[in-house]
Amino acid sequence: MSADPAPAVNEMPPRLQLRGISKRYPTVVANDRVDLTVKVGEIHALLGENGAGKSTLMKIVYGVTRPDEGSIEWEGRIVSIASPAEARRLGIGMVFQHFSLFETLTVAENIALAMDEKVKPADLAPRIREVSEKYGLPVDPNRLTHSMSVGERQRVEIVRCLLQSPRLLIMDEPTSVLTPQAVRKLFETLRRLASEGVSILYISHKLDEIRELCDTATVLRGGKLSGKAIPAQESNESLARLMVGSELKECQLKPREPGDIQLELTNLTLPSRDPFGTVLKDINLRVREGEIVGIAGVSGNGQKELLSALSGETLCPHSGMVRICGQPAGLRNPALRRKLGLTFVPEERLGRGAVPPMHLAHNALLTGAGAGMVRFGLVQNRAAREFAKETIAQFKVKCGGELAAASSLSGGNLQKFIVGRETRLTPKVMVVAQPTWGVDVGASLLIRQALIDLRDRGVALLVISEELDELFMICDRIAVIAQGRLTQPLPSSELSIEKIGVLMAGGEAKTAEAADVV
Amino acid sequence: MSSENRLGALWPFRLEKRPAPSSAMRLASPLIAALAMLITGLIVFTLLGKSPAEAFKVFFIEPVSSSYGIGELLLKATPLTLCALGLALGFKSNVWNIGAEGQLTIGAITGGGVALFLGDSLGHFALPVMLIAGALGGMLWASIPAFLRTRFHTNEILVSLMLVYIAQLLLGYLVHGPWRDPHGYNFPQSKAFAENATLPLLIEGARVNLAYLIALVLALLSWFFSSRSFAGYRMLVAGLAPAAAAYAGFSEKRNIWLALMIGGGAAGLAGLAEVAGPIGQLQPVISPGYGFAAIIVAFVGRLHPIGIVLSALLMSLLYLGGENAQLSLQLPSSITGLFQGTLLFYLLAADLFITFRLRRVVHAAPAVLAN
Amino acid sequence: MDLAHLIPILVSTVIAATPLIYAALGELVTERAGVLNLGVEGMMLIGAVSAFVVGIKTGSLLLGFAAAMAAATAVSLLFAFLTLSLQTNQVATGLALTLFGIGLSAFVGRGYAGMPIERVPKLDVPGLSDLPVIGPLLFSYDALVYLSLGLFAAVSWFLYRTHAGLRMRATGESPSVAHAIGEPVIAIRYLAVMFGGAMAGVAGAYLSTALTPMWVEGMSSGRGWIALALVVFGTWKPLRVMLGAYLFGGVTVMQLYAQGFGIDVPSEFLSMLPYAATIVVLVLICRDPKTILLNQPASLGKSFHPDA
Repeated sequence: MSADPAPAVNEMPPRLQLRGISKRYPTVVANDRVDLTVKVGEIHALLGENGAGKSTLMKIVYGVTRPDEGSIEWEGRIVSIASPAEARRLGIGMVFQHFSLFETLTVAENIALAMDEKVKPADLAPRIREVSEKYGLPVDPNRLTHSMSVGERQRVEIVRCLLQSPRLLIMDEPTSVLTPQAVRKLFETLRRLASEGVSILYISHKLDEIRELCDTATVLRGGKLSGKAIPAQESNESLARLMVGSELKECQLKPREPGDIQLELTNLTLPSRDPFGTVLKDINLRVREGEIVGIAGVSGNGQKELLSALSGETLCPHSGMVRICGQPAGLRNPALRRKLGLTFVPEERLGRGAVPPMHLAHNALLTGAGAGMVRFGLVQNRAAREFAKETIAQFKVKCGGELAAASSLSGGNLQKFIVGRETRLTPKVMVVAQPTWGVDVGASLLIRQALIDLRDRGVALLVISEELDELFMICDRIAVIAQGRLTQPLPSSELSIEKIGVLMAGGEAKTAEAADVV
Repeated sequence: MSSENRLGALWPFRLEKRPAPSSAMRLASPLIAALAMLITGLIVFTLLGKSPAEAFKVFFIEPVSSSYGIGELLLKATPLTLCALGLALGFKSNVWNIGAEGQLTIGAITGGGVALFLGDSLGHFALPVMLIAGALGGMLWASIPAFLRTRFHTNEILVSLMLVYIAQLLLGYLVHGPWRDPHGYNFPQSKAFAENATLPLLIEGARVNLAYLIALVLALLSWFFSSRSFAGYRMLVAGLAPAAAAYAGFSEKRNIWLALMIGGGAAGLAGLAEVAGPIGQLQPVISPGYGFAAIIVAFVGRLHPIGIVLSALLMSLLYLGGENAQLSLQLPSSITGLFQGTLLFYLLAADLFITFRLRRVVHAAPAVLAN
Repeated sequence: MDLAHLIPILVSTVIAATPLIYAALGELVTERAGVLNLGVEGMMLIGAVSAFVVGIKTGSLLLGFAAAMAAATAVSLLFAFLTLSLQTNQVATGLALTLFGIGLSAFVGRGYAGMPIERVPKLDVPGLSDLPVIGPLLFSYDALVYLSLGLFAAVSWFLYRTHAGLRMRATGESPSVAHAIGEPVIAIRYLAVMFGGAMAGVAGAYLSTALTPMWVEGMSSGRGWIALALVVFGTWKPLRVMLGAYLFGGVTVMQLYAQGFGIDVPSEFLSMLPYAATIVVLVLICRDPKTILLNQPASLGKSFHPDA
């Protein structure tokens, strides 16, 4: 495939036109005859909830995956995009949701890898600086990627795309890792690129953003095209109907007086075991009976380390740093903390929260040993099956019964099972990480309501989430974690997204400045 | 990916993940592997100028057509079963002890030491004490990789393997030096063990001994342990999803220690059973690599006790067949090793079809057809 | 100790280290691409027997080395096919490769045990080789010793100075990211495994035609495993791996000379030294888990399926 220069600019064909794209996997149809048109210089939203098939479609455009059926037209010519290199030759650039950067390499090396001409990383440096200055995306070519914040990494990805002067830029959920201020800056950059004639395909499930930024939108639901729209002329409600098929329901939080302190972190300072991790610095936090405290923050600011210190997977230097129901627990392992009344829903479901090849009854046993599933050191299979069965019924888990393997469940259903399991183990304190990450709308609602019900029964809950909307929906108080430090939680009613954004940037802004200076 | 497409032209099939792992394939794949190995073997025999039918008979039928032969089959299966049972528990829980051969050697030394120096004074208790000493010796040797892994994060594969060489050199030193039989015409071997320090035979006229029964009992125990005990469950979780084990609070250290102690103990027992059984004394070489062959036995037996009992018999037959082929066909006995390796390769390849299946690639009509 | 004693020790050290350098640098490249091949011992034995048999049959050591490389590469390809195309467990498959190599080499080498073969000749550099001290110390080796230094330079240059090396390191770091930006992950890993195989073949050939010019079953006696340990010891860096190989060469040679110096320890204990030393250096290097985390290719030993 040769990279012809762009055709003459008279009657301009659309930059990208997909017709009837289908992609089937053994267990799921990811795309079912999807059409999509992106015009020159347009910011086009691809909207859909988790599992709607957005990412698969983008991987097809970027040549990572091949479609089973359908055609791709690029600037009026039918093309077949067999690899990302071919996509880049055509002029397509992509910024991935989970960044495609190599941790142990420098910025310049990372960029050199994705350039299709062979260039020495050292020779790239001036070009990187030039582009980053032009678009206000400060990036230091010689820094190692693992030392950078997520926001900085995203800038690297964008700069990498821009160096190839793309004519179509795909952004996959770019704002999920950014502070509200960084989102503003990103939008400026994107608008500027669009004004220079670059088409932008913007994948998101955040309705406000799309209405603000995008010229046109294509909406997917269950792998199929469910509608096209001009976002500025739509309301959140009408877009949600296209996306979900029904109105978005919200959970209600009734005011409630919290009780005694059940979870307490005192001056928790902890070095990270991971050389690329975040050090926790002097964290203080109290969670009381009957309240949900949320922790907001851009990922990579110490959430993983905090969760590990809470669960007991990492032990603290002093036992008093973590107290569960008044008992010092900093030196207790996860099993012992569970005996004190803590249950825990980890971020990673398959492989941490559940053992993929094991059936659900044995996955109930994973944390349920204390609930009558083990006697005299022997596994009580009947009790485990009973427990799993009840969990499945109570939390409406769609699966092939209690003997279905955890790996056979969809993300949302597995999360319902895990939340159900941890809920039914009658916790006094429950810690939940990313309760609805990657979960469809129906399951999200059920999970959030389950957490609120626990709160109303007097359980102390701590929820760590990157979704600010979610935190505002279910939390009594919200704290922010930035660079391993935690702010004092404030009542949700006294906070706004902007205010949280300022707190989130507490560390972020400093490192960005530091990068500018270098 | 473009290389995928180029392959597609040459190879009209594509691997596709099954919606759920196939349990039928899980059982069938060792049989497929054994069959493939057999076919390969017959081809090799033919290439070596032997009649495949004759070779098949010599290799697989003749060795077991007498009660003595059956006894030999069980005799050789004994150390294989013992070692593989222990290793399998480790492999299931992600502990890669590949030094069973060394643990076996140390078990022979400690148990044999008891026979040589305390045999007379222990009388009837000699054998039980030897069995315990053998198991403890294997555990002691396995405790080195366990300690180094849990304390210093040192890879147990390399450590347990290095300890094989050290154990063998230690045995060599003992039988050449301090433990050499003074009346043995300078041969590097110990005194022969006394009657009370030798394992009783099971069948008249065959050499298989009590140790095989012990191995079968241990297989039952191991089955119970992995399928019913919470400790077995914890080890399984550690193997399938280490992060889930950490999340659940299952101690990684305890798991590593348990796996290596069981593996070492079983291998130590196997070593003792060799020297207190068919060999009857200590000598520089006490095993033709049972500890390594047991790795294959464990995998071919699906890491399951019953499977291991059966696959140990198959592996034992390979040893006997190799010896017989050397005698009657002048084939090198090293052909056994070749077959063992081939068997494991075939098994690994066949295992793929537990989680994947082959699908014919239906070449999607090129995009040009649209509109 | 005077020079007259020291020089032969140093010379033997260099020679004993040479097969380790080939095997370890080959495995280093394989591991840098994210593949753990525990079959080095087996591939070395196959290389050793191939070089010996072909060397004897043709009378050409050059052909012997070529055969060793070809045979070891062929079995490494088998490993690559199983682990990369069929996604089998790398640890189990590597063990299988070693067991297979032990069996195959013993089978092929039957009847060749004890036969004499001409040793790989030393390169005599007129003038230089006759110099005192420097002559024996630097100019008394066979070509393979000098080539091992060249290999070190080539591997270092490839890994750190070429675009292809960068791509390979990136693949070992994160195959999923590499795949997403369009690197042919599986193809890169195939090549890396094959290079490791070829180098293990050379290492084996060196054993049977230079170090101890004869064929004995299982003659690598753990050197393949020691090479694996050297890669960890060298924290996946060529220079440290090579220095480690010399250190081990020294330990191996020590046992031969110890008795000459009147150190009265049974020979078995001296023979244990390289194995014990392997354990000791592994402990030293692994003591701080961060050393490993920071240096080990992040995807080492993990299967990668492009469609998943």
